[in-house]
Amino acid sequence: MRPKRQRLLIVITGLVFIGAAIGFALFALNEELDVFRSPSQVADEGFPEGKRFRVGGLVEDGSVSSAGIVTTFRVTDGANSLTISYDKILPDLFREGQGVIALGTLNAGGTFEAQEVLAKHDENYMPPEVADALKKSGHFKPEGGDS
Amino acid sequence: MAPELGQYALVLAILVAAVQAIVPQIGAYRRDAAWMGVAPVAARAQFLLVLFAFGCLMTSFIASDFSVVNVFENSHSLKPLIYKISGVWGNHEGSLLLWILILTLFGAAVAQFGQNLPPTLQARVLSVQAMIGVGFLAFILFTSNPFARLDPAPFEGAGLNPLLQDPALAIHPPFLYLGYVGLSVAFSFAVAALIEGRVDPAWARWVRPWTLAAWCCLTAGIALGSYWAYYELGWGGWWFWDPVENASFMPWLAATALLHSSIVVEKRDALKSWTVLLAILAFSLSLLGTFLVRSGVLNSVHAFASDPARGVFILAFLVFVVGGSLTLYAIRAPSLKGGGLFRPISREGTLVLNNLLLSTACFTVLLGTLYPLFLDAVAEEKVSVGPPYFNAVFVPLMTPLIAALAIGPMLAWKRGDLAGVLGRLKVVAALAVLVGLGMAWYAWNVMPLAVLGFALVAWLALGVFREWAERVRLFRWDIVDSWRRATGLPRASYGMSMAHLGVALTVFGITASEAWQEEKQVIMRPGDVQTVSDFELTFVGAERLPGPNYSALAGTFAVTRDGQPVTILQPEARTFTNPPMETTEAAIRTTLAGDLYTVVGEGDGQGGYAVRLYYKPMVIWIWLGTLAMMIGGMISLSDRRHRIGAPARKPAETADTDRDSGALAAAGAGD
Repeated sequence: MRPKRQRLLIVITGLVFIGAAIGFALFALNEELDVFRSPSQVADEGFPEGKRFRVGGLVEDGSVSSAGIVTTFRVTDGANSLTISYDKILPDLFREGQGVIALGTLNAGGTFEAQEVLAKHDENYMPPEVADALKKSGHFKPEGGDS
Repeated sequence: MAPELGQYALVLAILVAAVQAIVPQIGAYRRDAAWMGVAPVAARAQFLLVLFAFGCLMTSFIASDFSVVNVFENSHSLKPLIYKISGVWGNHEGSLLLWILILTLFGAAVAQFGQNLPPTLQARVLSVQAMIGVGFLAFILFTSNPFARLDPAPFEGAGLNPLLQDPALAIHPPFLYLGYVGLSVAFSFAVAALIEGRVDPAWARWVRPWTLAAWCCLTAGIALGSYWAYYELGWGGWWFWDPVENASFMPWLAATALLHSSIVVEKRDALKSWTVLLAILAFSLSLLGTFLVRSGVLNSVHAFASDPARGVFILAFLVFVVGGSLTLYAIRAPSLKGGGLFRPISREGTLVLNNLLLSTACFTVLLGTLYPLFLDAVAEEKVSVGPPYFNAVFVPLMTPLIAALAIGPMLAWKRGDLAGVLGRLKVVAALAVLVGLGMAWYAWNVMPLAVLGFALVAWLALGVFREWAERVRLFRWDIVDSWRRATGLPRASYGMSMAHLGVALTVFGITASEAWQEEKQVIMRPGDVQTVSDFELTFVGAERLPGPNYSALAGTFAVTRDGQPVTILQPEARTFTNPPMETTEAAIRTTLAGDLYTVVGEGDGQGGYAVRLYYKPMVIWIWLGTLAMMIGGMISLSDRRHRIGAPARKPAETADTDRDSGALAAAGAGD
């Protein structure tokens, strides 16, 4: 009887543990998940102000301007675009026409305040989300990327 | 010529592997020594063939033979020799060949050092190892041939991604693969044991050194990768919870759990089916990692290729290996008789807790890594799971783990005396609380979590010392006796202390650098001064410098502290031409007290340059800690009991040692 009871005890403790951990992890996932929106989706459906999400597209030609360390630019999916401001140093590969992803929040003025801007370390790289958004708006040029 | 020979050697290798997979298995079933004897011979032959193929590919790279597609795509005649060599595994096909080379190396090592294994077990282990080999050799031959030719041959290669042209990254993949693939041995032992239907302490003693060796390499590989990310990516971060990092972290967590549970099998003949399951899962996670990285499901620097055929192949192989071994497990595990009994409060009990926490941590990483893929497939919703999630789940899981880490080694096997141990740890506990209080006063408004972090570090580090002191009876002030005991302690015991101390050091580095890091992102003109921590950084200027295969924008900072010159830092922003790409070379002043980290960015056209300045206190301790863990693992590996090939001790002797350590603990209880 003892060995069985002991194993049962271990199994039950284990299950309770894993169960609690899964519950907690799912809760944390829900809290910390960052969804992706294309500029068109933001234009059509909007997005709650102050809630963090990711937006991506191509950096619009001629839209980049900087004042001191703060850079302002627009990302576009061909149909719509969104103004983004960023107060840190942009990644090495950031330039006009490049696919980028920004993580941040919309402010009251409708400008996206980025906490993080990603342009991947590869000149051919197109973030899959951006490629998708471009495909949906019908502006995808496959020679621009390899995804 | 070399590529054709290499290709031919791979074809021969897959044939040998097929024979090695089938014949010894039948031989073991029939108890036919001749058929089983095929296994070691085949394992060595397979290794030599793959080694030959690998040599052929390396020859092509060193000779810059651009008629080979792989060399053309990943090399360049102007590249330094070391990066021509590391270019061999800096791409999909070559890294796969390295994977197989290491797999067959481990196979040959089992053949060489496993001569004292029961013949049927060795035959079965090598057979399972060969089955994995067949799968991967088929993968490379049918979907990712490294020797494919190009006609006509181009004159110049496309070059290696400049980010990968780095010494740490040149040796990072081999270490990581030694770890990943080393777990295949534990897997093969587990499957062989399931086929045999027998898991006993001897089995655990044979598996442990292999797991330990793999774990050391995996630790080194992960640490190297993380250090590379720290100084090369230019963001000052050292761990990003990137799916690719997670892919290597999950097997590490599982392997760490496996290391600990196999102790219980070895010492107490308990937790057998769980240990076998862990061995299967650890290697499955390695395969999953390989699948995630190689299939292009995840896009990152590591995704060399995104070819659906490859993804499907690895996925099918993954399903076959994991499904097959788990089915076998389901059939056979119930027949594994549980052995020694123990109370929840005992050494075994804390090791079970360790396993629960580590495997739960592993599961939460898995969840965070796969959930975005799942949601994308099911709901077409693109989401990302970032560091906040992982931090939120890791802190509550690691806190009890570290708290228990100081207690576990002091508890007796079978039936521990928690009150007694806590009593002996009361000085340690008091000091840890003191540290916590001190930190609460000093750092509460900076980062409340830092208080917890430092208290845990003090608890663990002092606990490790206390445990050692108790074993050598340091506080009885009989130096001669203590010295005799200290030199008489098994190396495995020192290995454990070292590794646990490493955990404390790493947590220390993480906590301190997260709590007190300073960051400045500003535009600086020549002559401008910025203060970071207690350093004054004067921006001297920036100029264009030519490099061997790039041109660099080099900035210069003169660093002073209290007016005294400290150092000159020269970060660079490099622009490579082959392939066209830009990288950041941070200039870092590393000391044990903290790193001063500088990065120079583009000019604003008016004489100013965007710069990033960081001060990261104690950050180097993160890697010193991982180094200590790795050294601990190696010390433990050098223990006579773990030495590969050392004859198994007689059971009576083992019982003796158990009684000894029990007596030691009991004697300690009287302190």
